Amino acid sequence: MSAPTTTVEHVPIRTDSDVVKVRQLVRALAQQARLSLVDQTKLVTAASELARNTLVYGGGGDAEVQLAVDGVRTGVRAVFKDDGPGIPDLDLALTDGWTSGSGLGLGLSGSRRLVQHFAIDTAPGAGTRVEIATWSR
Amino acid sequence: MTDGVPILKIGSTLLVSIQIDLQDDTALRLQEDLAERITDTGARGVIIDISGLEIVDSFIGRMLASIAGISHVLDATTVVVGMRPAVAITMVELGLSLGDVRTALDVERALALLAPVEQFPEDVLLGAVEREEG
Repeated sequence: MSAPTTTVEHVPIRTDSDVVKVRQLVRALAQQARLSLVDQTKLVTAASELARNTLVYGGGGDAEVQLAVDGVRTGVRAVFKDDGPGIPDLDLALTDGWTSGSGLGLGLSGSRRLVQHFAIDTAPGAGTRVEIATWSR
Repeated sequence: MTDGVPILKIGSTLLVSIQIDLQDDTALRLQEDLAERITDTGARGVIIDISGLEIVDSFIGRMLASIAGISHVLDATTVVVGMRPAVAITMVELGLSLGDVRTALDVERALALLAPVEQFPEDVLLGAVEREEG
């Protein structure tokens, strides 16, 4: 992936209203990147799931959102980071319907399906970092 | 703290139109407010207009399903209306199903769907069936 060419916007995720802030920021950038309405909606939904994961399971953290340019394509990249307990069994966590808490177990597995790029880095006790991106077609 | 979502009453139907980007705690409050209004008013139908929602993620989806479940237990039928096409596509891909939640394209169709409930309460209908069979 090419080097970022735009400024990265940081959003601390500490409360429910921060999840809404992340959604709104991702939506604004997705429109700037000229993603189709369906791609915008998918990306914002994935961002919402991941921001909530950061808050609920990670105990809070940060989102970094940026407009990304790769040759002629524009897109949006978002990174969600927390210093929480991490995910002990990633394969299990990426399975539909599996949940460690009271959720539906769709957050990780579902949001992976909604974006073009999905990368996760986690270990027990080492926090979780999830990166997503979607590009204009 | 954000403002709650207003709940309107039309006959024996409650109408909720979600026009804001719902915060999780606001969604939970709506759930409680609706349960209270159903018992206070004896409403038989609940229409939730989500045409203002740009996304339905797993949390909001779960809220819609639990509102339908709660109102069912309180003897009311919930109809979700106005889902945007992009939201429907995203929800299906996310793997979210609204379960037993009834949906309609708009408020008018939802009212028509609920009309039989409003005009002929269940005991009247049951009575009619019993008379026919008897």
